[in-house]
Amino acid sequence: MAIQEIALTTSRAPGISLVDRLHGLVVTVDHKKLGLMYIGTALVFLVVAGLMAVAIRLQLAVPNNTLLEPEVFNRFFTMHGTAMVFLVGMPIIAGLGNYLVPLMIGTRDMAFPRLNAFGYWMFVFGALLLYFSYLGAPGLNGHGSAPDVGWFAYAPLTGRAFSRGHSTDYWILSLLLTSVGSTVSAINVIVTALTMRCRGLTLMRMPLFVWMMLVTNFMILLALPSLSAAQLMLLVDRYLGGHFFDTQSGGSAVLWQHFFWIFGHPEVYILIIPGFACMSEIVPVFSRKPIFGYPIMVGATTMIAIISFGVWAHHMFAVGMTSVGNTFFAISTMLVGVPTGIKIFNWLGTMYGGKIRLEVPMIFCLGFLFQFLIAGLTGVMLAVVPFNWQLTDSYFVVAHFHYVLIGGLLYALFAGFYYWYPKAFGRLLNRKLGLCHFWLFTIGFHLTFDTMHFSGLLGMPRRIFTYDPGRGWETLNLIGSVGAIFQAVGVLFLAINILRSLRHGQRAGNDPWDAWTLEWATTSPPPVYNFETAPVVRSRRPLWDVKHPEDPDWKYEESEN
Amino acid sequence: MLFAFAFVCLGLAGHVEPVLGNTDGVTSIFRPLSQPAQEIKETSLLVLAICGSIFAVVAGLLVYAIVRFRHRAGDELSEPPQVYGSNQIELAWTILPLLIVFVLILVTSRTIADIQNRKPPPTAVQATVIGHQWWWEIRYPELGIVTANELHVPASDGRESRPTFLKLQSADVAHSFWVPLLAGKTDLIPNRENLMWIEPTKPGTYPGNCAEYCGTQHARMLIRVVVHPPDEFERWAREQQQSASLETNAPEGRKVFFANSCVNCHTIAGTSAQGKFGPDLTHLMSRQTLAAGAATNTTDNLRLWVRDPQKIKVGCLMPNMQLTDEEVDQVVAYLQTLK
Repeated sequence: MAIQEIALTTSRAPGISLVDRLHGLVVTVDHKKLGLMYIGTALVFLVVAGLMAVAIRLQLAVPNNTLLEPEVFNRFFTMHGTAMVFLVGMPIIAGLGNYLVPLMIGTRDMAFPRLNAFGYWMFVFGALLLYFSYLGAPGLNGHGSAPDVGWFAYAPLTGRAFSRGHSTDYWILSLLLTSVGSTVSAINVIVTALTMRCRGLTLMRMPLFVWMMLVTNFMILLALPSLSAAQLMLLVDRYLGGHFFDTQSGGSAVLWQHFFWIFGHPEVYILIIPGFACMSEIVPVFSRKPIFGYPIMVGATTMIAIISFGVWAHHMFAVGMTSVGNTFFAISTMLVGVPTGIKIFNWLGTMYGGKIRLEVPMIFCLGFLFQFLIAGLTGVMLAVVPFNWQLTDSYFVVAHFHYVLIGGLLYALFAGFYYWYPKAFGRLLNRKLGLCHFWLFTIGFHLTFDTMHFSGLLGMPRRIFTYDPGRGWETLNLIGSVGAIFQAVGVLFLAINILRSLRHGQRAGNDPWDAWTLEWATTSPPPVYNFETAPVVRSRRPLWDVKHPEDPDWKYEESEN
Repeated sequence: MLFAFAFVCLGLAGHVEPVLGNTDGVTSIFRPLSQPAQEIKETSLLVLAICGSIFAVVAGLLVYAIVRFRHRAGDELSEPPQVYGSNQIELAWTILPLLIVFVLILVTSRTIADIQNRKPPPTAVQATVIGHQWWWEIRYPELGIVTANELHVPASDGRESRPTFLKLQSADVAHSFWVPLLAGKTDLIPNRENLMWIEPTKPGTYPGNCAEYCGTQHARMLIRVVVHPPDEFERWAREQQQSASLETNAPEGRKVFFANSCVNCHTIAGTSAQGKFGPDLTHLMSRQTLAAGAATNTTDNLRLWVRDPQKIKVGCLMPNMQLTDEEVDQVVAYLQTLK
């Protein structure tokens, strides 16, 4: 406690000017500062891209609406998708990994602190470049603006014949920059987790969070090159007279789709596995039981990673593949559901027989479980190729992947915020505001995305800026738009909570949740050096061993071996 | 939970109409009026039932666990029994999903083969659909017909099966042909030819959309499939095969049309207008809509369109021809002779 008090007073001391503090952020190589900077920056883009989604929903609230011009609408959904994936999802994951992996494995920093800072700044500049397209892309001819080709930028719409100005160039170059950031950050997490674990922390004692971060970062390394290569090929097409995707000169539009989804599908798992990582730490602590089937969870994560590299063409069932090709990708896609199901069952097994404390992080985890279950099942439906022929590129798909990324990933991340915020800032987030956030956001989420399943089943295609009345879509869309407002207000509560609790939150102490992993062994916030003395670990739950010397985990784990 | 309940109901009933009130024009994929949408619906209902059951079981277990094992007063005094896992249980919940996956794969591959591997019977109508930004060119090579935005096909009745086989191509970017009541989607991709077929049984007009994002006016790239009784289809085809008459009762409009660059993009069969970039206008007045469904085909809309297409469909590739009011009226009068 004493150390923490001192830390808090110095940070508020009048001697440190704003300039010095900003300078401190720019030059820092500390994994915790960088982690929080990643998350903070990502939250800014979450708000920006989220407001774009609200504008999209307002445009679609009533048929034949004229709130947004078609071009503006198309830029909004492109920027919304691109930003949510590359400027929100990826950096939050990098941020969580940065902040927590060294603490969880009992080390003082990442393996490559300077590389870490480099990765963060590459991400920031890439992100700024993407949004700078609004000003820069018109170029000399005034044809471009923000990218308007959709986040998967299908060829040949991205060719110079159809995408004039520099919109597509900004899309390519900004994502190339953020990809450099993601790549070095992935290398850093992998090396850190593999080489810097404290004494006694074998691979099979590593917290599941670290395991899943390890897997997800390996996936980043394997998947991103496909995107970067395709983007470079597209640049060659646009400026050096290449014809990879230029169909008018014999290029292949389908080739782009393959390249993109070889990256794009693993990307979905890259995003959701860190959600699993948060779940796998939080559910046990609030159920007061160890994770059910730890080795199976490790195996299931690895299986998901491997299989996810063989499912990409399930995004392309309507593209005219042979019946054999379609069947192959249907099989691989359904198979990926098996390890995913195992995870849900293991979380259920963890809760079963426990004493479930309904704190805010756990409530978000429960939301995750129900919503991710539905997301998984609609995923199975989409894997059934004939069903997919009806559903793909309809609002059903929009509903499905928002169920995965919001109902799944974002809920797990929210749970993570409420869970680790006291570690990072020494104060708890307010429970009442947290509950308001949860309920408003959950009501809004279901209003918006449940209805989208139905408008998809009624034939509403995605990415249309407006629609005529008469096909049964009006009511569903109006309800969906109302839901967007609820979600926005919910996030506002989170923002208020985060800012207010910095000063006024209840003091957390080192270990507010009575948890078991190493990050709770140090002060909140942790000192620059994390641990005064390097911890020594004998089991998967080192703090359980400390708190329960009469029944330590290592006794059980050693008897297992 | 409400969602799940609704979903299961939907699966069992196969209808969403009850919650929607008026059902005219609703294009639910669960109310198909053609093969292969009918077979897709049957497969889909089976899948929905399986997924609905899985949801009911797992969500039920979750609810049970949350209620039964929630924190109660006094629980903080001791920790619950620490259970680390069970290989038998893990094995069970690995094998059971694998069995379900096996069933789903059998169903899926069979339906894929049924739909994808069908060969056209000799009675089949052959049509080519070519996607353009943002309209559909439709050709019947065997019948010598070229039209746009409306696919006319015969209905199959009990006596004779007359499916329509479509060759799908694109003139520019990727599009996707989707008429939910008739079939699933198939993409139209440049430099590639895809195939699909439909076999509607009930005459009527079926709306659909381009389902692959294709640029500014993706939303206004609507398709209509008009299903005729067989004899009516023959009559429609004979009418469409006629060339436009060189005699016209709107000679001024004809003059304006041919003196402007209209002819660079549009074809009127039997005249010197042989442009390929825009829709064929030979039988413009036989169509229900203008600009790929952006407006109904009325005199007023036609006048608005000719005066400034960008007012009706901003971003479309037909420019404002800067005609005077008088010229607009004359051109409209001429176009209205193209029946």
